[in-house]
Amino acid sequence: MNGFYQFQFYFFSLIAIVSALLFVTRKNPVPAALWLVNVMFALSGLYVMLDAPFVGVIQVLVYAGAIMVVFVFVVMLLNLGRAEVGDLRSLSARLGAGFVSLALLANLLVVQRDRLPRTPLAPAVDNVVTPVAASLFTDYLVAFELTSVVLLVAIIGAVLLAKKRVTV
Amino acid sequence: MINEALIVSAILFSIGVLGVLTRRNAIILFMCAELMLNAVNLSFVALAKLHGVTGHVFVVMVMTIAAAEAAVGLAIVISVFRQFGTVEMSALRTLRG
Repeated sequence: MNGFYQFQFYFFSLIAIVSALLFVTRKNPVPAALWLVNVMFALSGLYVMLDAPFVGVIQVLVYAGAIMVVFVFVVMLLNLGRAEVGDLRSLSARLGAGFVSLALLANLLVVQRDRLPRTPLAPAVDNVVTPVAASLFTDYLVAFELTSVVLLVAIIGAVLLAKKRVTV
Repeated sequence: MINEALIVSAILFSIGVLGVLTRRNAIILFMCAELMLNAVNLSFVALAKLHGVTGHVFVVMVMTIAAAEAAVGLAIVISVFRQFGTVEMSALRTLRG
């Protein structure tokens, strides 16, 4: 690993973490959503650097381009683009939440330390889309088809739930 | 770089948990869930460098399910807003004794 690669990796990581912190501290939902989009873009850069360009492109297309647009669309539809009074919990609850998340972070860091061989088993290859597609359409074909059913159910459910009158 | 990616993933996941625990706005809670899913995806991609491309397949599945979850969840948020006039979770106290 050369120094420029490492610098880029830390740079994208820093962007992701700082944007995530800004995201959870914004009171207004719209800037929060935009900071989350920033996290998605930084993560996409990290994916590309981790030899997963296909996942990086899908991240930008699906997460930043579709899911977050739906979020912002709902915020505008419900006219929520302002800070709500009771959004943040009380100070004690916030302190407790900070303690819980710090404890979780410590747990995660301890668990992931020194458990796995840290050197890649296979050297990096240029073409990573072909193995992904081969795996997706042979070994995981049933799961792949089931996700299409899940998406269909989600579409029907979303339309039914968001309809003006739901007659049950 | 795998270690660093896993550390970043852990930090992002903890930030997502922090958001879920400190906020009451349902839309922000959903966005925090998306942040946690993204953190897990980063772990999958990092570990795919060790264990082959299966991790990428998992990431694709997670993204699909996240899209479905966002669609249904936001539809529920719209219904809740129609019913209660707000998306604050503390307003949903119908089941409180």
